Amino acid sequence: MDLLGRGLLVLALLVSAYGAVASIVGARRLQQAGGPAVDDGSLNTHGSAFVRSGRRAIYLVALMTTACFVLVEIAFIRTDLTFDVVASHSSATTPLGYRMAAPWSSQEGSLLLWVWLLSLWSSLVVRLAGRRMADVVPWAQAVLLGLSLFFLLLLVFYSSPFRLSSPVPLQGEGLNPLLQYPSMMIHPPMLYSGYTLFAIPFAFAVGALIAGHVGSDWIRHTRRYALGAWLLLGIGIVLGSRWSYAELGWGGYWGWDAVENASLMPWILGTAFIHSVMIQEKRGMLRTWNVSLILATGILCILGTFIVRSGIISSIHAFGSSTVGWQFLTLLGIMTAGSIGLVTWRRGLLRSEHRIDSLLSREAIFLAGNVVLVLLVLVILWGTFFPLLSDLMTGKQRPWASSTWGWWVGPLALALVGLMGLGPLAAWRKTTKAQAWRQMRAPLAVAVLVLIGGVVVGGGGRVDVVLALLLGGFVLGAVGQELVRGTRSRHISTGEAYPVALPRLVGRNRRRYGGYLVHAGFAVLVLAVAASSAFKDTHRVHAQVGDRFKVGGYELRYEGAIGDYRLRDQRIEKLIIGATMGVYRDGKRIQTIRPTREFFPSLNTADGPVGRYFNGEAATEVALDAGLTRDLWVAMQPDGDALVSVYQALDDKLKGTEAPFARGAELAIGLTQVYGQRPAPVTFQVIVSPLVTWIWIGSIFMALGALLAIWPAPDLQARRVRAKQKARIARDLGRAQESPS
Amino acid sequence: MTRTLRLTFAIVAAVTLAAALLYTSFAGSAEARQPSQMAGAQVGQDYRLTGIVVPGTFARKGDAISFRVKDRKGGASVPVVYSGQVPDAFREGREVIVTVQKDGERYQGEADSLITKCPSKFDDGKSGDAQSMEWRDGSDKVVEGK
Repeated sequence: MDLLGRGLLVLALLVSAYGAVASIVGARRLQQAGGPAVDDGSLNTHGSAFVRSGRRAIYLVALMTTACFVLVEIAFIRTDLTFDVVASHSSATTPLGYRMAAPWSSQEGSLLLWVWLLSLWSSLVVRLAGRRMADVVPWAQAVLLGLSLFFLLLLVFYSSPFRLSSPVPLQGEGLNPLLQYPSMMIHPPMLYSGYTLFAIPFAFAVGALIAGHVGSDWIRHTRRYALGAWLLLGIGIVLGSRWSYAELGWGGYWGWDAVENASLMPWILGTAFIHSVMIQEKRGMLRTWNVSLILATGILCILGTFIVRSGIISSIHAFGSSTVGWQFLTLLGIMTAGSIGLVTWRRGLLRSEHRIDSLLSREAIFLAGNVVLVLLVLVILWGTFFPLLSDLMTGKQRPWASSTWGWWVGPLALALVGLMGLGPLAAWRKTTKAQAWRQMRAPLAVAVLVLIGGVVVGGGGRVDVVLALLLGGFVLGAVGQELVRGTRSRHISTGEAYPVALPRLVGRNRRRYGGYLVHAGFAVLVLAVAASSAFKDTHRVHAQVGDRFKVGGYELRYEGAIGDYRLRDQRIEKLIIGATMGVYRDGKRIQTIRPTREFFPSLNTADGPVGRYFNGEAATEVALDAGLTRDLWVAMQPDGDALVSVYQALDDKLKGTEAPFARGAELAIGLTQVYGQRPAPVTFQVIVSPLVTWIWIGSIFMALGALLAIWPAPDLQARRVRAKQKARIARDLGRAQESPS
Repeated sequence: MTRTLRLTFAIVAAVTLAAALLYTSFAGSAEARQPSQMAGAQVGQDYRLTGIVVPGTFARKGDAISFRVKDRKGGASVPVVYSGQVPDAFREGREVIVTVQKDGERYQGEADSLITKCPSKFDDGKSGDAQSMEWRDGSDKVVEGK
């Protein structure tokens, strides 16, 4: 199987290289021949044959990387320890679902996932392109195949998933228990789907620049891919946040770590692109800006991977000893230099058709929003790389404190929310002051109502929360007003009842109303982030069974200990030590929670026959009582001293006995069960934060809005057919008029 | 607004923002140091101490833990006392980052500032004895009901 895998990777590499060259040759010949004959069914001879060949290469690479991915999955499912990647990242005691997700916990598997997803999206886009944009597509093919080539080079020469173990281990290391969490199974594929989907508009932008076809065609053709990338990358970021909050045992959802920032930056820049292309489509403006945005987004996707792989910035996530850092740096250099070169070369063609007529216009507000988004990216980029920059300037690395992040990102995010409220209210080209006031009255009233409501429930003590309430309310008011007005207009013009008019209005303007739903979701998210950060109540309590303590309006009672274990394949998968706690409010029991700490065995014999069950990886299982108004978050940490002294004594006793490791498992289980009856003191970390659930609800609104915007309108196909028929009739009429009667 | 005025306004805004960013970057950051660079550490000053937890030095006393941190490469180490959330991945022998202040001979960690390398990116998968004869024939298997 390893030979087959290696062979397929090498073949995919060769096919990518061939396809990229064929696409370039084809594109150049087509350019020299003045382009393909589009409508007669026979594309221009030589050049088109090369382009078709390049296209088939994309399909073939997709097929071969799919086969490679299936082979790796089979190896993980079977726990085939002859593969080094399986032995290092999985084991027989890893549950099946997590074994299937384990490939992307490794560098090799991540790189394979990257190229596999890229090849799938590439196949889809060239297939759907058909004969449209025949001058741009060949160049885009070459870019996409070039990117595939890069990742395949890494997989073949530096980080192969088909490398064999030597010698073959008797047990696998297992998947890190902290990664054994449902959302972590799909978090990396979502991020990588986002990164690779952004490669599509990136490639088409490059193609459009080289071909000199810099109108709005490439934008229209790749709009859904950009939206899809934005959606999936966003889902990936939120899933990572959720995992951090519910599994990592620190109670936070964002730490401004370099690797977290690496995924956020292309998402923010992608947001700017998705908005500013509307101005190009409507008014032929911002061509240079749009093409620069998407080129920078593509570069940031690779920069993110570089930060993760190179370990250049001290990050809790970064690979410490990766072998693929300089390769990514080289690719980044080529992409950046190429992008700057292309935009400079085509600056004449990229001139705008119009200028902004008024600062009180939708395009001006969109542009202001774009500036804020770009500023956000610049700030995050600066903050992320500041340790390196400060090292260069002063010889000392100085990472930003979390308060510095809040100082910069908070105001910019609030400014963005304000502009999101204003955008839909302004007309294209120009809005008079009287019109603006008419449009803003109702949203301002909603904003004031939301602010009063927020202050009444205790949200008035902080300026950032007050502003979030005011601006968030304004956005919700603006979106609500647009929905009400649209529905009323439709009701008047068609006579439809309001409950019928509303879904039909939304269904026929999916891009617009999908966008509004995203805005409403983001306003809710910002408000929830501001409130949950400002009013977070954290306590650490050292307690024994029977103790009770109060936190954030709750009373918690430590009622009993848990000492349990789980077996898999007749081996101990984990030992579980925990606490049973009663949660009381106003003297009334409302909930029983069980925070636990799980211990996974180590494979290190030096840890001792019993000690190895307590010295491996450990994972906190947080007890979370999530509610619409506030979350109760409890993590526990047993005082290990008593446990340590007992298992060390047991290990000492087992020394010199026959087959000590055969008895170790039973003694470890026994020790855990004893803990359940006679527990040691425990340290509880208890956090009560308001509105955290609304972060996830806001994110879901945003995802639904993006889906709505991506989904084709039901009559789109019919409209396309009608448009083709009209075009054909017009052509026939034209011919009839031209022909001598 | 004339073109020149717009350009002037944009340049002034950009320079002001850049200056503010530079100032807050230095004011709002703690210097990252390894244990060997802590010799001249000043009392009352925050430092981001990065290094490896020295095996055999971890101890717990009530709510607080103590351990020594050493350079990634090299033997210099400093004692740290810390009270706050301890990440799941925290272990002796692993790389940590913790914000500290000098407190006499030891360093006091700021509550909840201790972070450990993300588990998804550990490169120490080979630390165990996966080839050990101890695991042959499933000698660590548990017979339920025994």
